[in-house]
Amino acid sequence: MYDFSIITTAIDQFLRSLMPSGLAIFIECVLVALCVLVAYIMLAIVMIFMERKVCAAFQCRLGPMRVGFWGTLQVFSDVFKMIIKEIIDLKRTDNMLYNLAPYLVVLSSVLTFSCLPFAQGLEVLDFNVGLFFLMATSSFGVLGIMLAGWSSNNKFSMIGAMRSGAQMVSYELSIGLSMLTLVALSGTLQLSEIVARQSHAWFIFQGHIPAFIAFVIYLIAGNAETNRGPFDLPEAESELTAGYHTEYSGMGFGFFYVAEFMNLFIVSGIASTIFLGGWMPLHIPGLEGFNAVMDYIPGVVWFLAKTFFVIWLLMWVRWTFPRLRVDQVITLEWKYLVPIGLVNLLIMTLCVVMGWTL
Amino acid sequence: MELNTHTVIFMGLALLMTVAAMLAVTTRNIMRATVYLLFVLFGTAGLYFLLHYTFLGAVQVTVYAGGIIVLFVFAALLIGKGARDFTHTSILRYIMGFTAAITGLILSVYLIFTHQFPEVKPLASVVPMNLIGNTMMGADKYNYVLPFEAVSVLLLACMVGALLIARKR
Repeated sequence: MYDFSIITTAIDQFLRSLMPSGLAIFIECVLVALCVLVAYIMLAIVMIFMERKVCAAFQCRLGPMRVGFWGTLQVFSDVFKMIIKEIIDLKRTDNMLYNLAPYLVVLSSVLTFSCLPFAQGLEVLDFNVGLFFLMATSSFGVLGIMLAGWSSNNKFSMIGAMRSGAQMVSYELSIGLSMLTLVALSGTLQLSEIVARQSHAWFIFQGHIPAFIAFVIYLIAGNAETNRGPFDLPEAESELTAGYHTEYSGMGFGFFYVAEFMNLFIVSGIASTIFLGGWMPLHIPGLEGFNAVMDYIPGVVWFLAKTFFVIWLLMWVRWTFPRLRVDQVITLEWKYLVPIGLVNLLIMTLCVVMGWTL
Repeated sequence: MELNTHTVIFMGLALLMTVAAMLAVTTRNIMRATVYLLFVLFGTAGLYFLLHYTFLGAVQVTVYAGGIIVLFVFAALLIGKGARDFTHTSILRYIMGFTAAITGLILSVYLIFTHQFPEVKPLASVVPMNLIGNTMMGADKYNYVLPFEAVSVLLLACMVGALLIARKR
């Protein structure tokens, strides 16, 4: 298997040979942050293009076709347009909170993004409570949304923010429960260790029935957590114009837009890490030749392929189902997903204790 | 005091926390006060990470930044505009607040001048999660199953109370 820690260790030693270790660590932090941000924005651009094409395919259209070959340059021109747009100052609003809110959302999203293990040795934040830290950093994104809604001094924004708050706080519970189910199976919270323990079979195969139930609950709750249809009440365009980011222009809106797409990537990335093996190639116990062939495909390719598969599943759901009502959203979470999740956690614990796993 | 990376990061966090804490109590807008408090809590989480208490740091971010502050914002959104801006204050409140502030100041100054301040070093290695879990749920000496369960009873009581208030009657 390809191990990227060889490259990162070489860069580390090269920098340490040139300068004192404190300065070397500082420069490494800057380099890593730059890489994370570039990866973040490039993946966002890829996903916006993918969303348009997938949406078009489900509606029997072609999607963007004019700019570049098959519309490949469309997103770049959109980004350029958004950068040169004027940033509007609103009257009678709290300007400090209004300007801070998009940064809080993006901060939460970037911190969560940098927890994802892209390949062996390509983990940015990897320590003993990785999965818990990931939940912690994703939990304050809702704060930015609520502040945006409040500081815009607009009724539609406010309603969108309140809906978003109720929805995201509720569905975090289901996400946590389904993650906990898998933690009971894996026995560790460290993300690199979670991936390493799936070397003989992915967790969705190791944990069979309870793991599959947890996977379905995770996908539903993850879709709600990213405020995407059929759970897109906070920005329901037919009722609230654009929800909490109605009053934002230029890159203020751009940050919310990018963060929303990247939250979809993060939700799918976590799903592929804890259920589908992350960067771990498909291994079938007993077939040594097959496993060796699979190892020739790099881990990054495996990770991105699984993640984009999950993204495609979620986009399929988004462009197929109609939007739910507020009471239906809350009922689904508190009366169905949470009880099922709790029972499922019990079943998984029983399976692990009795040794009924693969 | 030598100026290594650890000290520089500590100073940055301490500065952030002090400035944000001062702003939180001097601002007249309750939403801004909540956001400044958020930065203080982030700074505390940063200090825990600096000392390699990763679990405590993650708990700090989840419970305070993701839970308490979101609740504060919800509460601030639900109260009326008159209560949201601190404009009208009676003389009794001035006296009470002044007394509380003076008491707090005397207590803090006394503690600062009598405490020894031993040098705190980061842990040599991060505390493993299994150890935290076993200590939390263990019934042996220096284990915490009784406080753990007592806190869960407290949370249950809170939930029952919330249901009682929210019940339609």
